[in-house]
Amino acid sequence: MSFLEIKDIRKKIGNNEILKGINIGLEKGGFLVLVGPSGCGKSTLLNAIAGLLPPSSGDIVIDGQVVTDLHPSKRDIAMVFQSYALYPNMTVEENIAFALEMRGVEKAQREAEVKKVAKTLQIEHLLKRRPSQLSGGQRQRVAMGRALVRQPRVFLFDEPLSNLDAKLRVEVRAEIKALHQNTHATIVYVTHDQIEAMTLATKIVVLKEGTVQQVGTPAEIYNRPANLFVADFMGSPAMNMLKGQVSGADGQQSIALFGNDGVKVAMPPSVTAGLADGKEVILGLRPEAITDTGLLDPQVRSVARIEADVTMVEPTGSDTFVTGRLDGASFTARTRADVHVAPGEKFSFAFNLDKAVVFDPQTGSRID
Amino acid sequence: MSAANETVSAGQARTARYFIYAALIVLALVYLLPLYVMLTTSLKSLDEIRGGDMLALPKDPSIAAWVKAWGEACIGVSCVGIKGYFWNSIKMVVPAVIISTLLGALNGYVLTKWRFPGHKIVFGMMLFACFIPFQAVLIPMARLLGLMGLSNSTTGLVMVHVIYGLGFTTLFFRNYYEAFPDELIKAAMIDGAGFFRIFWRILLPTSGPIIVVTIIYQFTNIWNDFLFGVSFSGGASSPMTVALNNLVSSSTGVKEYNVDMAAAIFAALPTLFVYIVAGRYFVRGLMAGAVKG
Repeated sequence: MSFLEIKDIRKKIGNNEILKGINIGLEKGGFLVLVGPSGCGKSTLLNAIAGLLPPSSGDIVIDGQVVTDLHPSKRDIAMVFQSYALYPNMTVEENIAFALEMRGVEKAQREAEVKKVAKTLQIEHLLKRRPSQLSGGQRQRVAMGRALVRQPRVFLFDEPLSNLDAKLRVEVRAEIKALHQNTHATIVYVTHDQIEAMTLATKIVVLKEGTVQQVGTPAEIYNRPANLFVADFMGSPAMNMLKGQVSGADGQQSIALFGNDGVKVAMPPSVTAGLADGKEVILGLRPEAITDTGLLDPQVRSVARIEADVTMVEPTGSDTFVTGRLDGASFTARTRADVHVAPGEKFSFAFNLDKAVVFDPQTGSRID
Repeated sequence: MSAANETVSAGQARTARYFIYAALIVLALVYLLPLYVMLTTSLKSLDEIRGGDMLALPKDPSIAAWVKAWGEACIGVSCVGIKGYFWNSIKMVVPAVIISTLLGALNGYVLTKWRFPGHKIVFGMMLFACFIPFQAVLIPMARLLGLMGLSNSTTGLVMVHVIYGLGFTTLFFRNYYEAFPDELIKAAMIDGAGFFRIFWRILLPTSGPIIVVTIIYQFTNIWNDFLFGVSFSGGASSPMTVALNNLVSSSTGVKEYNVDMAAAIFAALPTLFVYIVAGRYFVRGLMAGAVKG
């Protein structure tokens, strides 16, 4: 049985169904990331777990105890808010100690606990300051300290990094990851940033319009997206979606891409089901699966070399993204940083089909 | 090119500034003139006042009129000065301001952070209370005070002012708390603080500017109120404003302008004091509410 269970949670606000029956389980010590575009219901779900917004139906179970009707303070959870929500009239020390004070913990013990947490987060020198005297990163750390000091059963993070600048975001992200590794805390984390989801999670839930699109490890979500939405949402630049048609000619199943005069590529090994001849499909291929021939993984089994026009070259420093165009269809390839190519030229792309997934254009689901 | 033509030269800017300051000084003087006349007249002897020149400085300044106004002047038939009434006003104003401010803060807190179905209607009705003229509530209020046995008492006046002020104080605090982040309330709830604990420990300590605004507003209004005072109190329980009126409009004996003026200054002192002490927060607080509300 899971440590945290979300059972068929529904939430209606007016006539709007924000959450349409969510079922998720998380093992103890797991790091669950709820990710999705704005309006997908991820924050509503987090608030339901916290008890700040009671669900219309369904149950939240923590460690075997149904907490659905418990007050937030009785659930033994802690939450880190997007705005950090530090009490402006209290010092850092008082902020961190507030929850303990509310629980009636003795002053001496409170001070000891605060010291311990401050040491972990390296904010000991800030204890006497007020939140207004802190930088964004320091406030973030204090907000985490306030959650940590309570040693709750579940930590909830509501987009905690979205108010930080890009460099600091990466730093604090690593700190949160380290914190999880060191404390083995059970964490539920909401973000709209798919990179945060990938780097932090042990389990990702992709949400869209109040329904779960896919639950899985970061690798599963990235490599085997359940549908076109997940494939498009996770990963940057987005997965290439190439329209094609199944062809069974020559005794071997293949997919014809780029129109009729285009290229036929072998059916990807990731697809096992025999598909009817002539079926329309969408071939999904991550940018890193389309490279220049030199960067090709030597372990690759099925590869297609395709000559195409180059329309754009975007160097990022570590890699160069090359946009190719063939018969009206565009795709993005991730090549070596020092690749010699310019827009307008022809370039030979290597399509690594081991990594390809195939979707049904009607339902949008992945075909296995 | 046109932009260059429109720029103002340093000389022009200075002239404009001189003009603005001159206008401001003149207007300030006009505004201060009544206070000047009050002060100088209160320090003059009756003979000097009768002599004519209202704007002249006193030849022989004396605080005799102040002493008389405070302790000896006749209000109606009793000649004990205005000091008793001054304390009546204090006894009325202090509890009325504190209670109406606290209740307004509590109302604002509930109307923004603990919203219930129909909260907009409740707030609308409270706002409505701000715009009901005093005169319209006089008779119902008199009846109510009579039923409660609070007629002609300071307690009754405190109650009237609390009720009447509640609309304004609620409006101030509601607009201020509207801009107060909900996440802080949520954080406090998760931390285990209850309704009143959140109010006392988190909301109220961060409400400094709006508390000052409300106190100044309420203090000035309640202290200066005449209509409720004259309607719901009588004799020795009258507030300062009523006593001042009785002093000035008494038709027996010689008209002592200097005593009248001294009494009027006593009546104005507390509001002046509150404004001077807390005034700089006043504008700041009003702005805070206005921009974010």
